[in-house]
Amino acid sequence: MRPLTPVTPRARAVLGVSFFVLFVAVWAAVTFGGLVPKIFLADPVQMLRSGWVLMTEMDFAHDIGMTMWRVIGGFLIAAALALPLGVMMGAYKPVEAFFEPFVSFARYLPASAFIPLLILWAGIGEAQKLALIFIGSFFQLVLMIAVTVGNTRRDLVEAAYTLGSSDSSLVRRVLIPGAAPEIAETLRMVLGWAWTYVIVAELIGASSGIGHMITDSQALLATDQIIFGIIVIGLIGLASDLLFKWANRRLFPWAQLGR
Amino acid sequence: MNKSILQVRGVERRFDTTLALQATDIDIAENDFVTILGPSGCGKSTLLRIVAGLDVQTAGEVLLDGQRISGPGADRGMVFQSYTLFPWLTVLDNVCFGLRERGLPSEQQLDIAHGFLAKVGLKGFANHYPKQLSGGMQQRTALARALANKPRMLLMDEPFGALDHQTRELMQELLLGIWEAERKTVLFVTHDIDEAVFMGTRVVVMSARPGRIKLDHTVPLAHPRHYSVKTTAPFSELKAELTEAVREEVLAAQAASAALA
Repeated sequence: MRPLTPVTPRARAVLGVSFFVLFVAVWAAVTFGGLVPKIFLADPVQMLRSGWVLMTEMDFAHDIGMTMWRVIGGFLIAAALALPLGVMMGAYKPVEAFFEPFVSFARYLPASAFIPLLILWAGIGEAQKLALIFIGSFFQLVLMIAVTVGNTRRDLVEAAYTLGSSDSSLVRRVLIPGAAPEIAETLRMVLGWAWTYVIVAELIGASSGIGHMITDSQALLATDQIIFGIIVIGLIGLASDLLFKWANRRLFPWAQLGR
Repeated sequence: MNKSILQVRGVERRFDTTLALQATDIDIAENDFVTILGPSGCGKSTLLRIVAGLDVQTAGEVLLDGQRISGPGADRGMVFQSYTLFPWLTVLDNVCFGLRERGLPSEQQLDIAHGFLAKVGLKGFANHYPKQLSGGMQQRTALARALANKPRMLLMDEPFGALDHQTRELMQELLLGIWEAERKTVLFVTHDIDEAVFMGTRVVVMSARPGRIKLDHTVPLAHPRHYSVKTTAPFSELKAELTEAVREEVLAAQAASAALA
């Protein structure tokens, strides 16, 4: 194979799907073939069957809805605060010098380690879940947005100044629009991480949500339900990722050119 | 000679310990097209950037219409060697950028922008994004963008340096045609001797680092100039003299860097 030679879209799709097929095939082989006891790993058919029961009889849709709103809620709060701060840090070096060391430190604080504290402060209600997602995504977002804005091409900045831009219009008309596509990509990536945090929060203290269902199933050794829950998370993650990518392409057509 | 609009007075630029530009004086007259020629690294771009307000001199001052320059501004339009169109804006919006910055009503912006796009021969490309254009077309847009702003003078830092030879010659003719029509004062930095002579009403040669003005010649060629002027005797004579002068400086620069190594 020649390195970096592109494949046709058709071949790409076929290859992408075939790994899923292979994955399920191996899973079916080890479970149906009796290589792994059912108590450790349910087979695919059993998984689908109990998924159906979860959806039709146990109102799992409600759990999915709860989890989704927690992710979206926590993520939106984090993004709403991270965007202005990140842009300010990227644009104004004293602001960056003030916040950057702390934010760099804070982003290495493991979000899940805050759960005991958050339960103490906010109970096991929705505020605790939102707070965990916020801690997990806010600092990452701030840093990545700041770096993106700070990396604006200097020659574009100079061109804007020679066209009469003031400092504030430089931020509005050059730094922000130039960084926008990459910021959108950052949001897409961090949203993926937010999904991890919400499940962790729900595993530890929740009365609803996908993570809560998974903990309940653990007590019953219902590996079929656990796997179904995990796959649902994966599918929603994939869907939101595709949606984000599609939206970014629509919003920033210029960023797709010449790639 | 017309009255001078730009005065460079004892401008010097030091980077830490190296002197990039020796105390330099130069006057630019209204409606002149002054080309600055020199080997790479001689400080000619530094001088232009100081005039643009994008770099700050360590001594001396630059006066535009008698006013001391203290930073970049719309009165000095600039075209860079790198492609500096805003990639998120269409060609038309790029040309409108400075006009919008001035708060002109959008109808007037579009009027002016369409006019300048026509002048640089990009009428049908208003709604293209920069990445959809060739390098030559991007530089033509950049020229339209700078001119649309009605600057007092135009600063050009090897604007055609990244283009292939044929495109560059066409761009020279285009710019010269626009200059002959508008007589905008231009300060144009290049290392291409043909370009410097063909475009300029006056050619200034800078020495190797630390840069200083070595030669200052009026170009004895009448306007409007046709590209065939490049094969005439006065053109060749001036070119030969400048080639000698620049060559000496290139050799001096090489000797200096060899001494350092």
